[in-house]
Amino acid sequence: MIINHPLLGPRDAQEFVYFGDAALIARPDGLSEGAEATFHDYLYLRDNPAGDHRELWYHEQGDRSWLVVTRNTLTHDITAVELARDVARHMGRGR
Amino acid sequence: MRYSGFRVIAEALTGHKGWTPAWRDPAPQPAYDYIIVGGGGHGLATAYYLAKEFRQARIAVLERGWIGGGNVGRNTTIIRSNYLLDGNEPFYEFSLKLWEGLEQDFNYNAMVSQRGILNLIHTDAQRDAFTRRGNAMILHGADAQMYTRDQVREMYPFLNFDNARFPIKGGLGQKRGGTVRHDAVAWGYARGADGRGVDIIQNCEVTGFRIEGGRVLGVETSRGYIGAEKIGVAVAGSSSRVMSHAGMRLPMESHVLQAFVSEGLKPLLDGVITFGAGHFYVSQSDKGGLVFGGDIDGYNSYAQRGNLPVVEDVCEGGMALMPMIGRARLLRMWGGVMDMSMDGSPIIDRTEIDGLYFNGGWCYGGFKATPASGWCFAHLLATDTPHPTATAYRFDRFRKGLMIDEKGVGAQPNLH
Ligand SMILES: Cc1cc2nc3c(=O)[nH]c(=O)nc-3n(C[C@H](O)[C@H](O)[C@H](O)COP(=O)(O)OP(=O)(O)OC[C@H]3O[C@@H](n4cnc5c(N)ncnc54)[C@H](O)[C@@H]3O)c2cc1C
Repeated sequence: MIINHPLLGPRDAQEFVYFGDAALIARPDGLSEGAEATFHDYLYLRDNPAGDHRELWYHEQGDRSWLVVTRNTLTHDITAVELARDVARHMGRGR
Repeated sequence: MRYSGFRVIAEALTGHKGWTPAWRDPAPQPAYDYIIVGGGGHGLATAYYLAKEFRQARIAVLERGWIGGGNVGRNTTIIRSNYLLDGNEPFYEFSLKLWEGLEQDFNYNAMVSQRGILNLIHTDAQRDAFTRRGNAMILHGADAQMYTRDQVREMYPFLNFDNARFPIKGGLGQKRGGTVRHDAVAWGYARGADGRGVDIIQNCEVTGFRIEGGRVLGVETSRGYIGAEKIGVAVAGSSSRVMSHAGMRLPMESHVLQAFVSEGLKPLLDGVITFGAGHFYVSQSDKGGLVFGGDIDGYNSYAQRGNLPVVEDVCEGGMALMPMIGRARLLRMWGGVMDMSMDGSPIIDRTEIDGLYFNGGWCYGGFKATPASGWCFAHLLATDTPHPTATAYRFDRFRKGLMIDEKGVGAQPNLH
């Protein structure tokens, strides 16, 4: 698989480390009401879809950026690659 | 029809005209007492033991494609009971005991071959860990044996003992481990279940559940609605997809694992060997091909095929362990979709929906579990209580902090 890095262009997927569902960006607030149950779901449950999947890849042997890759789990086709930083900011995380 | 040596001779003398199909091809009935979703090893074993050991009942196995087309027909066929943790070891030892009597039990030649498995040791720390594991196995009534470097050399002189980075320092062996003809396991259980009245219905995909007031009433399938008192789901890599029809999210990711077979060679490897410094395991099939594999590809996949980086990695593992493998040509390779759970261990449990039961999360080690998984799932379906060896395989273990994490890597499915 080739991942089209938004800053570096096409890179071999072997340069990356796979982490999992991009929903993991939305880490719940540990001090909120019912955090225990929310954290159980956050940490252990996955949608695990057959089809398009937004997922986190880390460019460990490259520029060490985190990417959100949209990839079809049935065909391995990659249709979108974004910087996880941008995705997280859109979700209102970070400064 | 009972299979026997006498039968083979009698048929040979009469032109093989007397053989009948090993199982029927029935049309689905409107309703059953039990429906098992998934005609892999686990689903078929469940139906077999349910009919044989627990209940006279109307039972059906619903399979999307053909039986044995999933992981039961794609794995590298290794069986063993060399686990460390209390939640696992009694279960896998129960499974190994069932393998030992399986062929007589279901009257089918599954080529159960207890040729022994050897996990190689490359560091002092690994020797300590394996000694501990061997002791845990013995405490649970399994067999285990430590081998010195010289003993390993005597058994397998062709291994690369003096690899500068990963010298072989010994091994942990289990003589009762080995291999089984995987397809024959599916066929044997199917035939045994069919003979006890179980309907095995192929080309019948479950597309939904009918649930009312928190109780499951039946399944929607590509061949129409079928009602059932109790429904057990055992669909391996498709677990999340199927259970999503019941509104459930599972502690699981689906990943692809590849397997490899070389061209046929003369007998050279009479047991199963695993490389302890990388991830590589190898045995030789009775046809002569070296059967081997390594890591999962590492990303979510339902594709039943992997990518080249893992092919390279597995072959490097093979070369590091037994350099002579470089002279053999790779004949075939394929992939299967694994139900990788969050702690690397399986689930055999009720769900919060009455009448709906789940069996899955087998990761890449569920073939060896097939007999015990079927037995324990049948036990749960028939009695509503877990089998004594499967009490730890619950959904709520993640909520309660009772994970069964053999590798200790946490909630990261691609590392288990
Ligand atoms: C390459 C590879 C190597 C492996 N090596 C080993 C090994 O050496 N030792 C070991 O112990 N384990 C090994 N495993 C793991 C083992 O094969 C699996 O854990 C085990 O086979 C899973 O259980 P099963 O046999 O029931 O799965 P499967 O055979 O996959 O059965 C599941 C069935 O469910 C059906 N299904 C799916 N969705 C639906 C639906 N909606 N409706 C109806 N039916 C459906 C599928 O078609 C399939 O037939 C390996 C796996 C792979 C892929």
